[in-house]
Amino acid sequence: MQRLTNTAELKVLRDNLLQAQDPHRPIVRVCRGPGCLAVGADKVSQAFQSAIQSQNLEVKVQPLVKDTGCHGFCSQGPLVNLAPANLCYVRVKPEDVEEIVQTTLVKGAVVERLLYSDNGTRYKSAADIPFYRMQQKIILQNIGVIDPLDIHDAIMAGAYHSLAKALIEMSPDDVIRTVEISGLRGRGGGGFPTGYKWKRTVENARENPGPVYIIANGEEGDPGAFMDRAIMEGDPHAVIEGMAIGAYAMGVNQGFLYVRHEYPIAIRHLAAAIAQARALGLLGKNILGAGFDFDLQINRGAGAYVCGEETAIIASLEGRVGEPVTRPPYPSQQGLWGRPTVINNVETWANVPHIIDHGAQWYADLGAPRSTGTKIFSLVGKVKNTGLVEVPMGISLGALVEEIGGGVPGQGRFKAVQTGGPSGGIIPYELKEEFTDYHFHPPDVKPADKMELSVDFDSMAQTGSIMGGGGMIVMDDHDCVVDLARYFLRFLEEESCGKCLPCRLGLKGMLEFLNNFSQGKGAPADIDALESLGKALVDGSLCGLGRTAPNPVLTSIRYFRDEYLAHIVDHHCPAGVCRDLITYRIDPEICNGCTLCAQTCPQVCITGANQQLHTIDQDACIRCGACMDVCPVDAVVVD
Amino acid sequence: MKPARQDIEIILEQYPRHPQHLINLLQDVQAEYSYISAEHLTLICDHVGVPVTQAWSVATFYKSFSLEPRGEHEIKVCLGTTCHLKGGQRLVEACERNLGVARGQTTDDLKFTLDTVKCVGACALAPVVMVDEDYLGEANMVILKKRLEQV
Repeated sequence: MQRLTNTAELKVLRDNLLQAQDPHRPIVRVCRGPGCLAVGADKVSQAFQSAIQSQNLEVKVQPLVKDTGCHGFCSQGPLVNLAPANLCYVRVKPEDVEEIVQTTLVKGAVVERLLYSDNGTRYKSAADIPFYRMQQKIILQNIGVIDPLDIHDAIMAGAYHSLAKALIEMSPDDVIRTVEISGLRGRGGGGFPTGYKWKRTVENARENPGPVYIIANGEEGDPGAFMDRAIMEGDPHAVIEGMAIGAYAMGVNQGFLYVRHEYPIAIRHLAAAIAQARALGLLGKNILGAGFDFDLQINRGAGAYVCGEETAIIASLEGRVGEPVTRPPYPSQQGLWGRPTVINNVETWANVPHIIDHGAQWYADLGAPRSTGTKIFSLVGKVKNTGLVEVPMGISLGALVEEIGGGVPGQGRFKAVQTGGPSGGIIPYELKEEFTDYHFHPPDVKPADKMELSVDFDSMAQTGSIMGGGGMIVMDDHDCVVDLARYFLRFLEEESCGKCLPCRLGLKGMLEFLNNFSQGKGAPADIDALESLGKALVDGSLCGLGRTAPNPVLTSIRYFRDEYLAHIVDHHCPAGVCRDLITYRIDPEICNGCTLCAQTCPQVCITGANQQLHTIDQDACIRCGACMDVCPVDAVVVD
Repeated sequence: MKPARQDIEIILEQYPRHPQHLINLLQDVQAEYSYISAEHLTLICDHVGVPVTQAWSVATFYKSFSLEPRGEHEIKVCLGTTCHLKGGQRLVEACERNLGVARGQTTDDLKFTLDTVKCVGACALAPVVMVDEDYLGEANMVILKKRLEQV
């Protein structure tokens, strides 16, 4: 690759690449997001490669097969998209590839059976599918489209164009002002204004001259959240470009990408993207001939949830145990090696090129007034259309879950959503209380009503939850809030670094209450005691982990106190989840006496002869559910 | 089988002698040997110039490091939120019963290590189990047993 020595050369390169491209060339895009890979997308991709290479297709232009990042519609994977028609084939198996090649690529016809269908409608174009139609893709627009391992593909899609614009048309202060006016807030969960953070850092560096560092936080530890992963895997150049623009604005020469170690593909794609960007002179010395030096290095996380906290990341980068420290001093004052440091989430960095490209006002007009722009969510749990969605901030929770998500599958009833991971809360479907007493609500936000709850930083905070990184887990009436609150507490109790007492001991104490509740033990007064302990953690903990840890418990008590009381007073789990409060039973009407359950039961406590009704010995049953898994006729029921 | 001394030297030489590279080195050694032996820990400490106590605290703080040899195959049961809602917890317990080890432990024949992970990002398929690099979606003990017989 020829090194680019000025911004004009970047434009020439892009124009040449675009010109050399045949707009009619069919492109097969195979999704290699985590969801699709798990159901065999790599075999589908190989099948396409070999089907196209091995035979002489009777077509004028040979199709191009691209492995891309996540297409988003995970519940329908493996996904294949065919350009230029934007055909979307779902649940594609390697056996289907031959038919797609012969029917669609050679004859130009559609394989009807592979189209997505819902309520009797078959959707040809991806753009018509309700799941995609309601989204507004800005950060995701290149993900699933470009080949993340080919910088030329990214450049054709516009990568580094904003960096060039910043370098020639804008002063560093202009860049900071633009980001500030755009209203961009941190996408990692905190929602801190990005432009202000940058401004403070530059001011601190001026008072105390020396190096400044920037870090991308890719330690995406919330369970059920994979937004940052999709960005790093599917469009690594967006993060690199965003960081390069930030580096230019703040006079930074060295940046760090801190990536969760469970994301090997993200690390590989980022490493390849950095190497290619360096070869083109988009990273390294004298970038695009503008006299600006900036380089990036990747640091792998080592498996600690607390390392999503900014001071813990700094400790980890310095080679120490990832324990947070008290703020202030903030990282913008004393961060990595004691120098002013900016830590932004991966998604935040990926927003920056778009703001520079289209201007602050364009961005400020997107989304809601105090929460500008779009946000990526991973919509998972008891929802029909599971996957990754990008929507403008301020969309109603109802539209997100019912229209994009397609509602709850089967007979279930939409009960609640859990947002923000272990630091977030459980928000009920029937949310109608007025918010008057919570921590940080701005006065001009109106109370939310039911599904009209607006998904933005401030409204979410008012419910007692947080926006968080973007995990959105839908619960139906077979999910128990006590059990879910207990799950998150156990998660956090394991992940607490143990440095400060409120978090170390408080979480243990809270967990003890919940363990009791889930066994039907305790008194109603214990709920108040638990609430008060939770509030003590909010006030007393050292870092964000402890301060937000009680949120799932506090919100579930606030909205679902009845369900807690059912456990404690009636010794009954309404959702049928808490193991000590349920029994497994075999329905005599349905059981066909196949003996499978009796053979599988680890306790050997199911009796019954062949072709005869089987029964479970309740005294010996450990409620492992193995009988339920194997029963071919669904005769095992939970009471 | 004890790994030859040569290999660890090659890993060490990739990094400058500075404490900031402690975690990177531990990660590379973990990846190469599947665990960090006491001997290797000492060599790393000598290289980057940190006390063994500090390296020990780092190696025991982060979850990706193991100070004991791991099994030939790793079974990772996902306990992300969605997997939890869809029965991940019961699945781990079934694995524990079937393999005769608790989570985090390795079978006596060093064939399997059973572990739990906090979300593998394949929530559409919950509950998910990973056997080495392969995902098993909508898993239960019946499916998992079949898979384990194949390895």
